[in-house]
Amino acid sequence: MNSFVSLCRRLRGQAPRAAFALLALGIGSAAMAATQAGAVPGVPDTMQQRVAACASCHGAHGEGSANDVAIPRLAGKPAGYLLQQLEYFQSGQRRHAPMEYVVRQLSPAYLRDIAAYFAQQDVPYRRQPVPAVSAETLRRGEQLVLRGDSTRGVPSCVSCHGDRLTGVEPMMPGLMGLSYDYLTTQLVSWRTRQRAAEGPYCMGVVANRMRESDIAAVSAWLAGQEPPADMHPVPASAHTEPLPGWCVMGKSGAGQ
Amino acid sequence: MKWWRRGGWVPALLVVAGLGWWYVASGGQPAAAPAQRAADAAALRDPALIARGEYLATLGDCAACHTAQGGQRYAGGRSLGTPFGEVPAPNITPDPDTGIGAWSFDDFWRALHEGKGRQGELLYPVFSYTSFTKVSRDDALAIFAYLKSLPPVQRPDAELGLDFPYNVRSSLVAWRALYFKPGEFKPDPAKSPAWNRGAYLVQGLGHCNECHTTRDSLGGIEPDRHLTGGQIPQLGWYAPDLSMQAGGGLDGWRAQDIVDLLKTGQSAKGTAFGPMADVVRLSTQHMSDADLQAVATYLQSLPPRAQPASAPFSPAASHERGGQLYAQRCADCHGKDGRGVAGVYPPLDGNTSVTEPTGINAIRSVLLGGFAPATAGNPQPYSMPPFAQSLSDADVAAVVGYIRQSWSNRAAAVQPADVGNYRHTPVD
Repeated sequence: MNSFVSLCRRLRGQAPRAAFALLALGIGSAAMAATQAGAVPGVPDTMQQRVAACASCHGAHGEGSANDVAIPRLAGKPAGYLLQQLEYFQSGQRRHAPMEYVVRQLSPAYLRDIAAYFAQQDVPYRRQPVPAVSAETLRRGEQLVLRGDSTRGVPSCVSCHGDRLTGVEPMMPGLMGLSYDYLTTQLVSWRTRQRAAEGPYCMGVVANRMRESDIAAVSAWLAGQEPPADMHPVPASAHTEPLPGWCVMGKSGAGQ
Repeated sequence: MKWWRRGGWVPALLVVAGLGWWYVASGGQPAAAPAQRAADAAALRDPALIARGEYLATLGDCAACHTAQGGQRYAGGRSLGTPFGEVPAPNITPDPDTGIGAWSFDDFWRALHEGKGRQGELLYPVFSYTSFTKVSRDDALAIFAYLKSLPPVQRPDAELGLDFPYNVRSSLVAWRALYFKPGEFKPDPAKSPAWNRGAYLVQGLGHCNECHTTRDSLGGIEPDRHLTGGQIPQLGWYAPDLSMQAGGGLDGWRAQDIVDLLKTGQSAKGTAFGPMADVVRLSTQHMSDADLQAVATYLQSLPPRAQPASAPFSPAASHERGGQLYAQRCADCHGKDGRGVAGVYPPLDGNTSVTEPTGINAIRSVLLGGFAPATAGNPQPYSMPPFAQSLSDADVAAVVGYIRQSWSNRAAAVQPADVGNYRHTPVD
């Protein structure tokens, strides 16, 4: 419990700093653009042009892949979350060879630029294909997402990822607009530590308390939702949900 | 890798073993005198020496091997693949139990200069002492002072993952007899100071030859192949010939192109990628301008290479298909004429990484794409999309064949099976 509270405090404490960093970044980028602009005729001096390597899988604006449902949308995710994932791919805390390779040569400053670029993209969501699952499975999915399962010590998704499931600034990713395949893959990756986090290993603990059928149920329900009109992550200050009394990082969950 | 035939080691080992024992028994450098040792110990705490050592350790790119992915710098743990098995790079922070905290400078000097561990055990040459032996004692002391100044990290070294018989260290006696001659760099008084500095950096601390040459079946380097280019064992990249004269891999490069590539990661002639992007990012971008010029001066002096007999040239059957793919996927950035965009996208016409003998670099670049290294001189590099997801082996072979045989390029085509061999993504 305490560690979760301190994590949340830390995350909230970061919001003004993150905003300042983004502002500073904007100024820095503008200064840089001024020194480089026009140096190369015919090649746009833009982040979009620079990150062509990302776009070929994640889409020109990070909208996700139309052909491969396992490749996630990046557009509009919180910048802090995107940066953390890029850093995790660099350090090997999150494993996916093509991502580890593509971020290998990048500096911390450039990773911040790239995370900020995709966080700023505002492009429409596309509906994700949903596997045919039973009504019972969808009910179980809805229960876990909205209310959790206290008998298994599984908190609801909304308690951390925001009431609208669109994420919380600066670090909590949204769960809307992601495909069934991507969501199930991530939950399994948390279980097997193909994904890990430096802070409390909340998602690893939660994913390990879920049954395999729960992973399918949650993913199917989430992927089947019509994304809300406003997909932006909510600001940290708006997320006033009291911490769940059964926080997974309490005595029973710590160190798992 | 077909050139790496393991079968050859048995007779070779037997033949040279006796010679090796004789060589080791009769060789060796005298240890430093006690007075020298005391002076060394006092000097180790000198901040100026430590600062110089940091620069030199960066030139030597020690951290590249001695740091695991996501690990603490110099604390070891990166597993280095060789054709003979895996060798984990050791912890070289000054932790007394798991690092070099208990080492004296003599111990360090013996490792760097003679390729021997603290107990006198023979070190595996994946630690490039074949090059580091040329490092001067002064520079070695500075590097040692820097390493000693690092925060100690307790991290025990992993077990060797070598196959028999390579896991028997005495097998190195024979290897060393064949391929290793200890000795500091001897300046050539007939050459300029810049040339001598460049030769010292390239042959010694920079250990360029450890990749930019062809190794034989025992993993050794023949002296007459110095910097003539070669396939890097296990990594699956080709390190090109570095001669800037006729027939050389860098024919047509100017000294400034060398400086640009090492400093920023790209030049008018090409862009560093794969393992060389690591080298630029971690090491050469931090070199002083004088040292960069010195390296270029030395490379300019490498001799011309024999031109291969000009065989009648006819493009591959897939040339037309390759041309269509090139127009769709590549020409926007690299240009229809293959000239690229200076400072942004590398030229493909005349690019040694396109025309190198194996075709591996072009295949990998098409499959993997990626960013040029982010450096102080190029902080927001442009990138190339990976095509592994969207192009078949046949299509990659066609487009690689096309760029290897278009404009002034006259290299051999590649086969779809070659592409299949390099589809895996290299990670640590």
